[in-house]
Amino acid sequence: MNPVIDFVEHVLRPLWGLWVMILFLGIVFWAYRPKNKGRFDSYGDIPFRDDDKER
Amino acid sequence: MIAATAALGQRAETSPYLDDVVKKFVLAAVFWGVVGFFVGDYIAWELAFPHLNLDLEWTTFGRLRPVHTSAVIFAFGGNVLIGTSFYVVQRTCRATLFGGAGLGNIIFWGYNSFIVMAAASYVLGMSQGREYAEPEWWLDIYLTVVWVAYLIAFAGTIMKRKEAHIYVANWFYLAFILTIAMLHIGNNLAIPAVFFGGTWWKSYSLYSGAQDAMTQWWYGHNAVGFFLTAGFLAIMYYFVPKRAERPVYSYRLSIVHFWALIFLYIWAGPHHLHYTALPDWTQTLGMTFSVMLWMPSWGGMINGLMTLSGAWDKLRTDPVMRFLVTSVAFYGMSTFEGPMMAIKAVNSLSHYTDWTIGHVHSGALGWVAFVSFGALYYLVPKLWGRKEVYSLRLVGVHFWVATVGVLLYITAMWISGIMQGLMWRAYDNLGFLQYSFIETVEAMHPYYVLRATGGVLFLTGGLVMAYNVWRTIRGDVEAAGAVRQSVATAR
Repeated sequence: MNPVIDFVEHVLRPLWGLWVMILFLGIVFWAYRPKNKGRFDSYGDIPFRDDDKER
Repeated sequence: MIAATAALGQRAETSPYLDDVVKKFVLAAVFWGVVGFFVGDYIAWELAFPHLNLDLEWTTFGRLRPVHTSAVIFAFGGNVLIGTSFYVVQRTCRATLFGGAGLGNIIFWGYNSFIVMAAASYVLGMSQGREYAEPEWWLDIYLTVVWVAYLIAFAGTIMKRKEAHIYVANWFYLAFILTIAMLHIGNNLAIPAVFFGGTWWKSYSLYSGAQDAMTQWWYGHNAVGFFLTAGFLAIMYYFVPKRAERPVYSYRLSIVHFWALIFLYIWAGPHHLHYTALPDWTQTLGMTFSVMLWMPSWGGMINGLMTLSGAWDKLRTDPVMRFLVTSVAFYGMSTFEGPMMAIKAVNSLSHYTDWTIGHVHSGALGWVAFVSFGALYYLVPKLWGRKEVYSLRLVGVHFWVATVGVLLYITAMWISGIMQGLMWRAYDNLGFLQYSFIETVEAMHPYYVLRATGGVLFLTGGLVMAYNVWRTIRGDVEAAGAVRQSVATAR
């Protein structure tokens, strides 16, 4: 048995809930990181940038 | 009328977007909405007065119920979702629909012919017996082809976008399209009976026992999560800001809302199988994830409602906004009720009773249908080149008639459901069940009449909308005197 695959199979795999949780917390960190504030806020304007002519 | 036609002609030259196919979906949604509400109300009257099934096999509750659920969820809701998704994805990506009118029309006619065939098959007695997935294997394959075409058109439009960022509404739409594809295929794996000498139209599920039940509710609950929630949240994230003319309250919250929903929803299905042969740990898992869903649901509700901050007066002056905001409030209410009912102790009272039906309809009528009405009232004047709908006064009428209808419906079902649950668990002093089953059925009768009356109101609202949409498309505008009066009535 390949020791790397063995480690993934028996040590990492049962902890999948933890990895998914860390991934999710990473997303929250990324979303609320002060550095990203201006960029994300500007995305809220996308619906108002379409090419429809005002009637 | 002439001016309106001229405006329409001018629009066709200037708009870079493909809206003809969106128009078809909008008209189909209005049509199927009225049909679905009518069938639903008819079977509600059947429950109150069973003779209404006419003693014919085609019109029994068992065959008409899937006609109702498919008509409102997949025909009304589906046409709203596909139509709005094509409208939104083109504008937020600033790109024309991928595949053009050809692919759009294939999706429109393919999807709607599926609806007609599915409804006809139920009435004729063909059903897989899987809730919300009743169509037989040959219709399932047909829908899969149409759905892949839909994914290609939607994802293709995103891929050729001019806007660098993919707006959050499109994330929700894409999650809806992909997850429904996965659920549809996973839940409908079946062996056609024809391979073993049976009839061509019948099939048997690949799963059996507890696995079969779990697969069904993995599908069933995620159909709620990704069809009736994610898809309509996409509508919220585009149409609430557009109608309120201000960006969403917090774009960053919308990112967390999206991912929390994606991570949590998929695990909630087992709460449909509390106290069954499903392993206990699976039930507890489903309960826990259902309760955790409170957080993203309310985060999303706050995001939708707070978009109105600084513009709350629109709630008073604009009945279309009122539909959108009330829908978000109902979303908050039913996503509070749902997790509560998923708690085992509560579920032991509520399960198999009318409370469940009431809960489903507070979500389906109050949230899904209301946000759809708001989006349709926004879309129709835009698509047909009108300033506003024919009559905002009639939008207000629709709003109040439908709201009273929903409230009648859900309060009747709360009382009926809790009463039913309490009667089922009542023992006398010798330890015998206090009520026979038929006594609980008799006790429900007045609430069934009340519920069906609420349904009449909701259907009436749908007819008012159909009339308003028709007059808007014709280019009519309600006389000014009536409009002034409308403001008074609306207040």
